[in-house]
Amino acid sequence: MKQLLILSGKGGTGKTTIASAFIRFSDPEAFADCDVDAPNLHLVTRQGSVSNKKNYYGLPRAKIDVTKCIKCDICRQNCRFDAILLDGTYKVDTFACEGCGVCEVLCPANAITSKPAVDGELLLYEKDKNIFSTAQLKMGSGTSGLLVTEVKKQMKEAKPDAGFAIIDGSPGIGCPVIASLSGVDMVLIVAEPSLSGISDMKRIIETADKFGIKTAVCVNKSDINMENTEKIKELCKKEKISFMGEIPFDPEAVNAVNKGITIAAIDCISGKAAKKVYEETAKLIFEKGDEKK
Amino acid sequence: MIMEKNNMKIAVLSGKGGTGKTLVSVNLAAASEKAIYIDCDVEEPNGHLFFKPDDKKEKEVSVIIPEVNNDLCNGCRKCVDFCRFNALAYIKNRLFVFDEICHSCGGCVMLCPQNALTERKKSIGKIIEGVSEQVYLYTGMLDTGEASGVPIIKELFQKTKDISDKDIFIDCPPGSACVVMESIKDADYCILVAEPTIFGVHNLNLVYELVTLFKKPFGVILNKYMEEKDPSEEFCIENKIKILGKIKFDKALGKLNSEAQIAVRTNEKYKVIFTSLLETVKKEVRNETASDS
Repeated sequence: MKQLLILSGKGGTGKTTIASAFIRFSDPEAFADCDVDAPNLHLVTRQGSVSNKKNYYGLPRAKIDVTKCIKCDICRQNCRFDAILLDGTYKVDTFACEGCGVCEVLCPANAITSKPAVDGELLLYEKDKNIFSTAQLKMGSGTSGLLVTEVKKQMKEAKPDAGFAIIDGSPGIGCPVIASLSGVDMVLIVAEPSLSGISDMKRIIETADKFGIKTAVCVNKSDINMENTEKIKELCKKEKISFMGEIPFDPEAVNAVNKGITIAAIDCISGKAAKKVYEETAKLIFEKGDEKK
Repeated sequence: MIMEKNNMKIAVLSGKGGTGKTLVSVNLAAASEKAIYIDCDVEEPNGHLFFKPDDKKEKEVSVIIPEVNNDLCNGCRKCVDFCRFNALAYIKNRLFVFDEICHSCGGCVMLCPQNALTERKKSIGKIIEGVSEQVYLYTGMLDTGEASGVPIIKELFQKTKDISDKDIFIDCPPGSACVVMESIKDADYCILVAEPTIFGVHNLNLVYELVTLFKKPFGVILNKYMEEKDPSEEFCIENKIKILGKIKFDKALGKLNSEAQIAVRTNEKYKVIFTSLLETVKKEVRNETASDS
């Protein structure tokens, strides 16, 4: 399975807009949304009907039985996440608890147990033999990295022999991004021609490099600041990163998104430019002599 | 008796990336007489690009992780069985620690009967302090390849907890996961920055849920506001959410922002807009704090 992951470092550069266009162009057998704490891909793709829906359980949270608690304070002193609160009685701050189990194992009165907690929902859609794997993290649950791994696992299990998969990622460079990087063949970085966008792009390239994953770059809303677009192109040339093309700012793109359709479904300048970027990207990911897995 | 507080702590968040969190928090801080700006988007911090602070001071942030002495390890696997993050493995008569998935709970060290595990510090990033005119900056920066910025955010708030004479503006990361929860935890008030797309509305809905769950008073700023039809405005009206202000879609402002220039410091028009927005926010915070006590 060739897996293309779309990332950006900075948020709001157009990952989902580009991912949804690519999905329309290539009609892949599998695609996924790994931006589990702010998923949007389902809003602009025709995903068919839900074929599987299940709760996602993250790590269990500690729970203190106040009738057994002897108020020795050992749990509070040893919790590295400041998740044990003392307010007359001892209780657990479930937002802060990471479920490590230290308090449970140290409690001399056996007053602490671990309770499984629903931390989100995993969804699998199916349409014309194509599948779409996505999820939604429950508000107040922190563990987005683990859920990202579940989304990818669900995608692979539902379509183990898919030739091509497109994965929409999340902003940033931390755990959900690192979880989404594992096992992909290539990362397409959607950059934005702003100084913030350039700074963030450098950090995501560095992150992907650390995990040994090939990167390529495209620029979205390129004419917002042509000078910065040129800077990005120069940077790619200098760092020997493949440049896939640029997509101009297009008010039609906002209109398309707000109608729940991709820019690839209407006749517009951003859609045409995205097509070219897609063709370049496809060429690169299916390059010969780069067979993996 | 409730202690009189002279300052307010305002967190700026959005769910979706690229809606204008940094634009809003940087310009509100710059419009204040004196202010603290804290960049909690430690994965992709950008505020410092705008403020270009002087007198920079850097301090490393580290976490504590276990280190194994295999001469003392007797292979009992107590640590391996305990670790819920699977950060330890006993393979071919040797114990291995996987630094990057360790959550620093300390459980393995506490449990080891042979004292074969000790703890060492591992640097994960830094905090940079600096001054830009009347604004004092704290920037958190996670090293690339590191998974969690939460310890850096904790350290940012530890450093600033005693400040009581300046208003504090917290620039949050995108999304709604652990790093966002940590960033809003101690805030007196939350500003949600929305954009007029269905992506924006969907993610606004998520952070709306999050701030409600955290019982934080909040209001919305409609950025890139579209007069004819703004889906985020409709969402606010429907849910009776306080709209603090509207920043009209403006190419010139977008250009300034892409060049990392602070709008209120470059143009009188924007100074007026953000000063009036700041007044509205302050009034709201006072109202909310008054009704709380």
